[in-house]
Amino acid sequence: MNKQVVYSIQSPYRQPMDVIGFKFGKGEKALCVVGAMRGNEVQQMYVCSQLVSRLKELERDGCICEGKEIMIIPCVNYYSMNIGKRFWTMDNTDINRMFPGYELGETTQRIADGLFKELQGYTYGVQLASFYQQGDFLPHVKLMKTGFTSNELMKDFGLPYAFVRTPRPYDTTTLNYNWQVWGTNAFSLYTNATDNPDENSAKTAVDAIIRFMVKRGILKTRVGSGYLTEVISEDRLYQIQSASAGICRSFVKTGDEVKCGDLLCELTDPLEGCVIAKIFSPVNGIVFFRFNRPLEYEKSVLYKIIRL
Amino acid sequence: MTTVIASAGLAVNERIEIRRNRITGKSAETPSGKRVCIVTGTHGDELEGQYVCAELARILSENLQQLNGIVDIYPAINPLGIDSITRGIPLFDLDMNRIFPGTAEGTMAECLAADIISDISGADICIDIHSSNIYLKEIPQIRINEISADELVPYAKMLNCDFIWIHSAATVLESTLAYSLNVTGTKTLVVEMGVGMRITKEYCRQLTAGIFNLLKNLGMWTGDVEKVREPIVSGEGTVEFVNSDADGIFVPCVEHWVDIEKGEHIGDVINPITGETVERVTAPCRGKIFTLREFPIVYGGSLIARILGGEGNE
Repeated sequence: MNKQVVYSIQSPYRQPMDVIGFKFGKGEKALCVVGAMRGNEVQQMYVCSQLVSRLKELERDGCICEGKEIMIIPCVNYYSMNIGKRFWTMDNTDINRMFPGYELGETTQRIADGLFKELQGYTYGVQLASFYQQGDFLPHVKLMKTGFTSNELMKDFGLPYAFVRTPRPYDTTTLNYNWQVWGTNAFSLYTNATDNPDENSAKTAVDAIIRFMVKRGILKTRVGSGYLTEVISEDRLYQIQSASAGICRSFVKTGDEVKCGDLLCELTDPLEGCVIAKIFSPVNGIVFFRFNRPLEYEKSVLYKIIRL
Repeated sequence: MTTVIASAGLAVNERIEIRRNRITGKSAETPSGKRVCIVTGTHGDELEGQYVCAELARILSENLQQLNGIVDIYPAINPLGIDSITRGIPLFDLDMNRIFPGTAEGTMAECLAADIISDISGADICIDIHSSNIYLKEIPQIRINEISADELVPYAKMLNCDFIWIHSAATVLESTLAYSLNVTGTKTLVVEMGVGMRITKEYCRQLTAGIFNLLKNLGMWTGDVEKVREPIVSGEGTVEFVNSDADGIFVPCVEHWVDIEKGEHIGDVINPITGETVERVTAPCRGKIFTLREFPIVYGGSLIARILGGEGNE
């Protein structure tokens, strides 16, 4: 393993922020994994740290294929993580909305640029991502539909679901989108946590990435075969909005199978305690996303259900 | 008349309300049938538009007989952001000016965005007022996407601003309020002026005079208007960006909107602990400084200034 600083930035009041990359194996740039780009992505950093730990053992045992290099960057934005902020410390900009970056631009554009120069040239790229809607997800892999990366590759992660997302204008400045445009087969991997490490889903993510590397000829090791991945487009997700605001009491969790008419949750008046709405599933399916804040607004997206 | 044009329930005993003040003229002339919309408060830390809206509402309400048509004023399309000094929508990750045109099937913010677009659509002109952010001070200017330039520049010239910046198109900007309205046929001009979290009265009055001039040109205002200034119209290549390469505190030594020569001293980045000057910032070209850093702390990359001049002036 080779531990190195892949990008560094100075602050007038703090120690330099040195973005650390861990390289395993030698040869062509085979796969790169990027963890936390936002200050609350503790789970994303944790997954990477577990991956570093596993790869140390695998490298020691000679399991990295000849001529293949792997890089893991567990945490890009630890300045924000150390002060409990999601976006960039000073101007609150999101590094993951600054790609491909600009070396003469603003601070987060420079960070994105410096990082992106290191990330280019890898055959495969995996970003441990978090979503702008707060909630629990079933672990899954997602591909931004750019035409550059094959949907079929996602099956090699062996996760139950793989999604294809049609990019919106604001997606065009994300790492995933730009990685693909610059020739890397890029995927976003979601676990069911962000702010707090979740052991089980972290293990699922680590296993999925190891499995992908084995199937793509980067690692030689024994790994479970995983799921027969179903590749689905976002239009198969049925989105359920809340008709009222209040306290949400959910009766289902992600992964549950629900039938049309099943009670999903009750919304309670926050001052009077009475039930003001009951939300029933309008379709048969699997709960893929569940809103997880105790207080919810009217029109909050409460659930996303994969229609069966 | 104030109307709530978009609303949603918040968790505890409150609703978010996006309000519109519709001022209908009582001119004796043949009705113009025209409508102009003034929108501001997309970013909760940009407050210059608040005073413009207030001045417009005050003057128009006192002179309804001189108004022919409708002026719709939307002072706060991100009311929770303004109320909490939050640039974005509290508890929502995406910049509000990146979710237009919105969708009724989306998140609460996207639903509100769709309602806002629906309410403004069909207006003869919409003016979307921004005021930079807390870091930079801007001279009153109109920003126009190059794809709409031919249509919008004539209206922009009426607004009494100092500068019209025609910038290149970018996919990420396709989700702004202005882009979404322009592509669906509602002409929308973006104003940038002043600095975040402040009201610069002089700029607000300048723009207010420009809006009355626009109304006059549209045949919606019969009252007197001030003579407006002739703006400089500039393309992307004539704007030069000056970013800090060092970290520290930036202390300017020039005024805003002044002429500057290539190599002239703009300011210094100083190490606040040692007092040492770590970067002497100079002008990369001859021109006029239309953007100047207001917030003193800088990292490598922090924008210090924008100079109108650039290659075109070399």
